[in-house]
Amino acid sequence: MSTRERTLWIVAGIAIILYALFPIGWIVSLSFKAPADISNGQFLPTVFTWENYSLILTGDASELFLPALLNSFGICLIATALACLLSMFAAYAIARLDFPGKRLILSTALGVAIFPVISIVTPLFNLWRQIGLYDTWPGLIIPYLSLTLPISIWTMSAFFREIPWEMEQAAQVDGATTWQAFRKVIVPLAAPGVFTTAIIAFFLAWNDFVYGISLTSTGAARPVPAALGLFSGASQFEDPTGAIAAAAVIVTIPVIILVLIFQRRIVAGLTNGAVKG
Amino acid sequence: MTTTAPPPTTSTAPAHRAHVSDRVRAEKRLGWMLAGPAFAVMLLVTAYPIAQAVWDSLFSYRLTDPGNRTFVGLNNYWVVLTDALWWQSFGVTALITIITVSVELVLGFALALVMLKALNWLRPVLRAVILLPYAIITVVSAFAWQFAFDLTSGFVNSWFDWIPGISADTDWFGGTGTSLLVICLAEIWKTTPFISLLLLAGLAQVPDVLQEAAQVDGATWWQRMWKVTIPNMKAAIMVALLFRTLDAFRVFDSVFVMTAGANGTETVSFLAYRQTIARLEIGLGSAVSVLLFLSVVLIAFGFIKVFKVDLSQARGEK
Repeated sequence: MSTRERTLWIVAGIAIILYALFPIGWIVSLSFKAPADISNGQFLPTVFTWENYSLILTGDASELFLPALLNSFGICLIATALACLLSMFAAYAIARLDFPGKRLILSTALGVAIFPVISIVTPLFNLWRQIGLYDTWPGLIIPYLSLTLPISIWTMSAFFREIPWEMEQAAQVDGATTWQAFRKVIVPLAAPGVFTTAIIAFFLAWNDFVYGISLTSTGAARPVPAALGLFSGASQFEDPTGAIAAAAVIVTIPVIILVLIFQRRIVAGLTNGAVKG
Repeated sequence: MTTTAPPPTTSTAPAHRAHVSDRVRAEKRLGWMLAGPAFAVMLLVTAYPIAQAVWDSLFSYRLTDPGNRTFVGLNNYWVVLTDALWWQSFGVTALITIITVSVELVLGFALALVMLKALNWLRPVLRAVILLPYAIITVVSAFAWQFAFDLTSGFVNSWFDWIPGISADTDWFGGTGTSLLVICLAEIWKTTPFISLLLLAGLAQVPDVLQEAAQVDGATWWQRMWKVTIPNMKAAIMVALLFRTLDAFRVFDSVFVMTAGANGTETVSFLAYRQTIARLEIGLGSAVSVLLFLSVVLIAFGFIKVFKVDLSQARGEK
């Protein structure tokens, strides 16, 4: 590669970095603006202030934000764990056993993944009100499985297919018991796939908005995106821009941490499930 | 005494076959025992609700007036399909889908090329930053873009007032066209990374030998791109297109946050939401939901039949 070409690709790379970070930088900058500063028409605040963060973490808006944050974490983690548990068994069967219905299961997973969420929410809204699941954690965890389960089955079977299963027998030949072979050989090989799947499934659940606004009515179960979406219209007396920006930054932090630490695995998981064999 | 030899072979063969079919049956049973629960849960959380929606759509049913639930057959569908509102939101959804997916395909391809060519130290950095828009909550991205263009909190008007037509009081969310433009920008920013990662995986699979052979034959960069690279990654392109088109057709979050469907920006998902959750018209809302579901199925079917998207390849079953 010539020096000129090299510089060109580096410039293109920097353009990508700007592309990805600019809107995030903007919402961070906005979250540090004081109310009077919000309309300054500039990207950066004239004075940095923690006012918006104290408003949502300890101030008036904390009653709205903190329960929502707890709901989001609780509901998403449970929905992710359940999906991973169920798909671990399914993916093992798909990767290792030969049985009719394998294709059916994978096609169903694909079908569920492309399902318009709003078509599920309409009947659930009615049903949940009748059986008392409306505005509860289980009332969101169950529909969240429609988001987390298909991608988990898909991604995990792609990972499991790449595991050299014959190593299990090799270990047994070398004198390991079945349990030892499983624990010392298979678990370490399968764990990264399961873990990566969990991260991707968590992202999907964390991102949900439709279920959140439709199947909840109070802070009892409402997750952060829904609380944010409805917060903008709810408080008329005060400009909510700064508070929304601060809350948006806080819910983005876990995502950024996961991406920075596990970027290589996440990319492998996303593309393994979709394109590669 | 030649008759003694055959009996053993005839008796062992069926036994052997029975043994095999036993094993097959046991494997089948184990397979369904392991995969069955996941399969059942998937059906429970989607097939059941959509069946319920089809059933509900046959009734005139308002939650505020539950006593008056009457069977009306396909009348709700007639009402929806003859209403200009449905066609308006259908058109808006189709427009958003076509604009975002085509821009994303071109932009995503460019990003994938840069990532492929990036130097070793730069590649992990690019991979990490490109994942951020993908992983960020859609509502957060929608707010970021809305606040950027907003009349009071935005900076776009003061930054770009040198462009004719943009001034300090340009109200982006005041009209249909400009509102849709901002919605599309937010969607494109958020979902291009997904397409570009799928395309990057496809690009990496194009054999270098082919590229080199074409180069030796004197093909230009452009010719190599069109004649070698793109035909060889057609499957990856089609899978990326299919997933994104279906995803774009369900657009809801950004519309809800930015315009709440005002100024003719209502999408099909938003229409279904408004009928059911806001107006409590379960019958009509269900009809819209079922129609949205059918549209998505038709798009998927069209892709698979017309463009011959091979999903078994997508699944890695070569």
